[in-house]
Amino acid sequence: MFEMLLIEGLAIGACYGLFGVAVAIIYKTSDVVNFAQGEMGMLATFVAYHIMTAYGWPFYIALPATLLFAILLGMAIEICILRPAKEPTVLGLLILTLGAEMLLMGLAGWKWGAEQKDFPFLLSVSDTVQIFPGFALNSWTIGVFVLTAVIMVLLFLFFRYSKLGIAMRATQQNENAAKIMGIKVERVFSITWGMSSLIGALAAMFFAARSVLDPNFMMEPFMRAFAAAVLGGLTSIPGVVIGGLILGIIENFFGYAWPEWKPIVAFVVIILIITVRPSGLFSKHYVKKV
Amino acid sequence: MDMKRDYYEDIELFKSGTVLVWTIVLLLFLFTLPLYLPSYNIYLMNIILVNVILAVGLNILVGYTGQISLGHAGFFAVGAYGTSIIMMHLHVPFLPAIIIAALIAAFLGFIIGLPALRLEGPYLAIATLGFGLTIMHIIGRWEVFGGRMGITAPPLDLGIPNSSWSFVIKGDVQIYYLILIIAILLVIGARNLMKTRVGRAFMSIRDDDIAAEVMGVNLTIFKTMSFAVSAFYAGIAGGLYGFVVTFFDPFSFNLILSIIFLVMVVVGGLGSVLGAIMGAILITYLQYDLLKNVENLPYIGGVLVAISKQWFTVIGLANFAGIALGIIMIAIVIFEPLGMFGIWIRIKKYWKTWPF
Repeated sequence: MFEMLLIEGLAIGACYGLFGVAVAIIYKTSDVVNFAQGEMGMLATFVAYHIMTAYGWPFYIALPATLLFAILLGMAIEICILRPAKEPTVLGLLILTLGAEMLLMGLAGWKWGAEQKDFPFLLSVSDTVQIFPGFALNSWTIGVFVLTAVIMVLLFLFFRYSKLGIAMRATQQNENAAKIMGIKVERVFSITWGMSSLIGALAAMFFAARSVLDPNFMMEPFMRAFAAAVLGGLTSIPGVVIGGLILGIIENFFGYAWPEWKPIVAFVVIILIITVRPSGLFSKHYVKKV
Repeated sequence: MDMKRDYYEDIELFKSGTVLVWTIVLLLFLFTLPLYLPSYNIYLMNIILVNVILAVGLNILVGYTGQISLGHAGFFAVGAYGTSIIMMHLHVPFLPAIIIAALIAAFLGFIIGLPALRLEGPYLAIATLGFGLTIMHIIGRWEVFGGRMGITAPPLDLGIPNSSWSFVIKGDVQIYYLILIIAILLVIGARNLMKTRVGRAFMSIRDDDIAAEVMGVNLTIFKTMSFAVSAFYAGIAGGLYGFVVTFFDPFSFNLILSIIFLVMVVVGGLGSVLGAIMGAILITYLQYDLLKNVENLPYIGGVLVAISKQWFTVIGLANFAGIALGIIMIAIVIFEPLGMFGIWIRIKKYWKTWPF
């Protein structure tokens, strides 16, 4: 029982972490907390659903098409919504992304209606795969672990060695200096949004396979993932994943003991932790210079 | 443009005789409104006034103190449930009940203000968001609060219930007058609060909290006070809302409601009481009236139905309200960061300096 709860918690936690990474990438580069992230993933998942059910195309065609759509959607939101705003405040940015959230949610509701659908996904939580004798996992769990690990490694390599990754880090550290060094900051921002939207869409498909597909389905996972990201410190990508894992485990064990309080335990933990460590567990506390 | 020569000019309620006359005209209009407005519109007016109270309170926190709250639906729910539960189970008259409920909300505001001392930006947003959701779930699980089914508000009794002093208010029109009086008092209260030492402390925290602290503003006291005052307003608004809709369940106090409250303040104009009022009126009107039946709108309605048939679904057209609100939110931040109040200021300036 204990192992099952632990593994299940780790799996859902990895999914939170993965989605939290999508939030963290944008925050890391452009200091924007993207409240539309959940709905961006939701819309991408709906596009995959539409391709598979309305056109009847197989999953391996739908997946790349969806990921391409996700990248374009992320870039479009950056270019059409965030770029025109002139020096917005923190609250202004919050309102912009919340507006994008309402917009996307309204579009999905308009197109696909509010009824819940089953998302046909390659992996599911109901089958079992024997890894070695006496130890079985469902394919969804394996998929989440593999995907999270692969994305973590790729992101590490990307931010450490690629020219673009270094440009992103430079933009985050000092936007003006990066501009002077010849980095097209605006292009970096759109690429960041595209990348984040891609990771978010992947995570959203995993969430959809676990629950159901409707225009609201990413609300709860997004808030958990955001909480996980804040727990890990928003700026450190491994921290975000570890935050997600911690949150997933806490939630799963707590949910086993007191199922009726499961939906809020994540937030109580978050409020307590950020009260003690205001910048999350794994990020250096940012001291404001006067 | 508004030059103030001394302190007493700054704190006076009416800037000039013209303002006084127009305010009296407006008040007369508001008090005689039920005579020439159909009853559904009175219901709408009640919702608008409730949201005005809430927006003015939220503006104290967001616009004047510069904090972020995504949890005001929580305080709103505490007000609504608190008032009804206290009246039902303790048989307390309406006024003490709503004040007790609002004080509970204010206390919770104080509690959530404590972590806010160390948090800012996204961290504060997630903390308040978590608080709002926690309140929603606690209410949804607790049997006293009617659980998921929701509760019906008790009869609105201004006197002592079940006695000869009983004075029950019934119907939208009577509730309208009650809410109108409370709203006017609270709006004047908020406006005057901003002209006092406390209000100036709030504004100095918004402009620069470190400079404020150096000047001798106690951040602990004033930040938590701002949360408490704002939550008090939300509590009062919630208590009144319960009687306007007469039936409510925990899921109506969700995150979307908190977002819409924030939108009212931002669309109306941060840091101005008038702006909050305008924002609350506009957003509530859009939400409850204009965007409720989009397909019946002149001109646009037919186009939208045609678009729905071509590319979307007609049944999902109700979601157009969300799209419109989203576009308004985005447009206001991009084109008019000061909100409707900024537009108002510009119009005023244009006519005052006309023909230049």
